[in-house]
Amino acid sequence: MSDSSAGRAASPAPAVGAPAPSSGPEKVVKLRHPWRIVVAVLLLAAVAVFVIDAAQREAFDWASVGKYVFDKRVTQAAGFTLLLTVLSMIIGVVLGIILAVMRQSPNPVLKSVAWVYLWIFRGTPVYVQLVFWGLLATIYSSIDLGVPFMEPWVSFPTKLLFNAFWLTVIGLGLNESAYMAEIVRAGLLSVDPGQHEAATALGMGWGKTMRRVVLPQAMRVIIPPTGNEVISMLKTTSLATAVPFTLELYTRTRDISVEIFNPIPLLIVASIWYLAITSVLMVGQFFLEKRFARGVGARPDAGPGPVTASMSAVELDETAAADAAIAAKHGGDAR
Amino acid sequence: MSEQTTAPAGAPAAGDASVPMVRAEHVSKSFGSNEVLKDISLEVKRGEVLCLVGPSGSGKSTFLRCINHLEQVSSGRLAVDGQLVGYREAGGRLHEMHPKEISKQRRDIGMVFQRFNLFPHMTALENVMEAPTQVKGLSKAKAKARALELLARVGLAERADYYPAHLSGGQQQRVAIARALAMDPKLMLFDEPTSALDPELVGEVLDVMKELAKTGMTMVVVTHEMGFAREVADTLVFMDGGVVVETGVPREVLANPQHQRTKAFLSKVL
Repeated sequence: MSDSSAGRAASPAPAVGAPAPSSGPEKVVKLRHPWRIVVAVLLLAAVAVFVIDAAQREAFDWASVGKYVFDKRVTQAAGFTLLLTVLSMIIGVVLGIILAVMRQSPNPVLKSVAWVYLWIFRGTPVYVQLVFWGLLATIYSSIDLGVPFMEPWVSFPTKLLFNAFWLTVIGLGLNESAYMAEIVRAGLLSVDPGQHEAATALGMGWGKTMRRVVLPQAMRVIIPPTGNEVISMLKTTSLATAVPFTLELYTRTRDISVEIFNPIPLLIVASIWYLAITSVLMVGQFFLEKRFARGVGARPDAGPGPVTASMSAVELDETAAADAAIAAKHGGDAR
Repeated sequence: MSEQTTAPAGAPAAGDASVPMVRAEHVSKSFGSNEVLKDISLEVKRGEVLCLVGPSGSGKSTFLRCINHLEQVSSGRLAVDGQLVGYREAGGRLHEMHPKEISKQRRDIGMVFQRFNLFPHMTALENVMEAPTQVKGLSKAKAKARALELLARVGLAERADYYPAHLSGGQQQRVAIARALAMDPKLMLFDEPTSALDPELVGEVLDVMKELAKTGMTMVVVTHEMGFAREVADTLVFMDGGVVVETGVPREVLANPQHQRTKAFLSKVL
């Protein structure tokens, strides 16, 4: 090490004419933004006016809002809405990934199947699909297992297999999967083709390459729009009445408002719950995004502990030595 | 580096010391109407280090990628260790292999890319462990021990838990070499391994490759580093316009090129 520092001393000595060493960073006068403050104050005033007015306005009927917000029927409906959202999104995401991978597959059969599925489920309104699912038991009164056109081995009455809740979950989930498939496909396309190549060159098959290398990287791109889809799904569950499934938040609050002859307070109740659930889901999204940002975030050993600091000092010397070695070698290379 | 006389073209068996590691016979490759490889014939012997040089677009990278079937040859025969790559010959015709069989062939051929292509969501250690555990079914503990050993060999034992984004280009490429070595390949392919590196980082990667060459590894290296070719390679192949223009001992080809095109190219890069 003393050798290399001796070698370095031969290079120009520390700059002489530099300005005198300053003590700490210089104080800089920050740019002011007076208009921001003006606009903020105006906005706050407007909001205050609205809130004070709303608090006194009879039509909002805050007493009823307070009465029904934690009504057992309403909290149960919120639970059902959340359950519908979670279950149908699970179907949507899992099936969406499968469909997207099928569309990227080199197998033309898988590709076409995925394409036709997307064509049908994206091409018809979800409301229409839900009505169809509601009529499933009317169209197919029993579900049979066996050889077609022969006496079935087993036969289940459709009505017993699927109630309105599960038909809603299936209807929402299958429709969602078509949209998720496109989101996942965008994620897959965002991964550098070199990744696929590197995995292939290591002897990994197509499926393993997708699962271990491409999909985990695609997740970073997939999660933000998926969060969007979850929140959108939370609200689409209000269409469950088409099946008809009537225990979710919107239909349930509508039913109550019919009882008390005033729709407005229960709309507020429903909105409060939708907002609350959305907020919880957003927290979940935050943690998921963090999980899949591995390798792009901070160093694993971040935090300048004393050990790290001393280590990096050693490394600096090593780099300097390595630089010198490389320089020497290249000098001898006659290039 | 095993000394051996050129093997007669006989019925080859994998692992036979007399069979060349790579044998290309009249290999051609077209992308649409664009013929990028024209009738390439060459051999890489066991333990030999062969450097492919030439201007960009000369087909050297394409040829390298044909060796592990990342590209399919359009005609000709390309065999690694006596086995045709990606095809089986029966009844005078070539039959496509199942992707699983091709994957199996690739396990024995390590490849290092110009842009490293490390898996960014895995640490250096996980990158090196991935293929042994996932492809060979090695236990985590065994794979980890071996991976740490390989990382130490490329001088990165301390960087095992770093993600690629936190490593310099030279360090990433050394991890990539360790990753390829983890599969215990019998042949290593290098596709311009130093072209994407800052000049001061080139040396550390070339040093690792030199060490590897000393252990007797068979290597095919596409490179612009003439110093490396002269010092390490046993054979230098100059390609231009999809054909092999000149082949020989690096020192001789570089000092005294026989063809006009070789001369023109070398006068620009040396």
